[in-house]
Amino acid sequence: MSGGLARCSGSPDRDPGLQPERTRLAWRRTTLAVTVASVLAVRTALHGRAGSGELPAVACAILAWLGFVVVAHQRIRALSTPRPPLLTHRAALLTAICAALVAACGAALVG
Amino acid sequence: MFDALRELRLWFSPETVRAEGETPDYRFSLANERTFLAWLRTALALVGGGFAVDQFLPHLADWWRIGLALALLLAGVLCTGRAVNHWVKCERAMRRGEDLPQSRLPALLALILGLVALAVVTVVLLGCAG
Repeated sequence: MSGGLARCSGSPDRDPGLQPERTRLAWRRTTLAVTVASVLAVRTALHGRAGSGELPAVACAILAWLGFVVVAHQRIRALSTPRPPLLTHRAALLTAICAALVAACGAALVG
Repeated sequence: MFDALRELRLWFSPETVRAEGETPDYRFSLANERTFLAWLRTALALVGGGFAVDQFLPHLADWWRIGLALALLLAGVLCTGRAVNHWVKCERAMRRGEDLPQSRLPALLALILGLVALAVVTVVLLGCAG
């Protein structure tokens, strides 16, 4: 993160409001939130009453986490330029689907 | 109903959104993106809350525990949908130079969360053990 900051302050047309940095940190916070939710999902499966359909749900949660991390990483890299490109619809939909998938796995594990 | 369908179509057709108006200042778009992420985190916090109810209130009667957990998980899914929807609508409004869209969802969400919180407190206090 400090690397990105140094790179931006070196360029003449950096944004004094540090918008790309703030957006990048927002992506990191969100990645952390997905991680916590996924860990809780796995924990629910591990501590749960022995059921049959738990393995697919756990795999699904881990896959959703992985998908989110990949998209977030790509976006974080795209944001390390002084004038970053817009967030694509594809990335927005993918992240939202991954988050909803974690919730769906939770419903399968809880119910 | 028609409006909802039209909004849903916008999710999958970036070219429709990008065809109108002019591209706003990239800083506004980034602010919109952060709002989207904030809604996503709200959704994930609700999902986490659902897991917490399921995991950390084991003495509740099953149907209370599962019902509350499912309500929170459902609210989480609702929030992810709203995150995308609001992001697309804000982007379109900024391109057209219109006012930002208004929404009743924050009030609705507050109401649902208040009810769930009240239910959890009541159930825990009364020791509604299964």
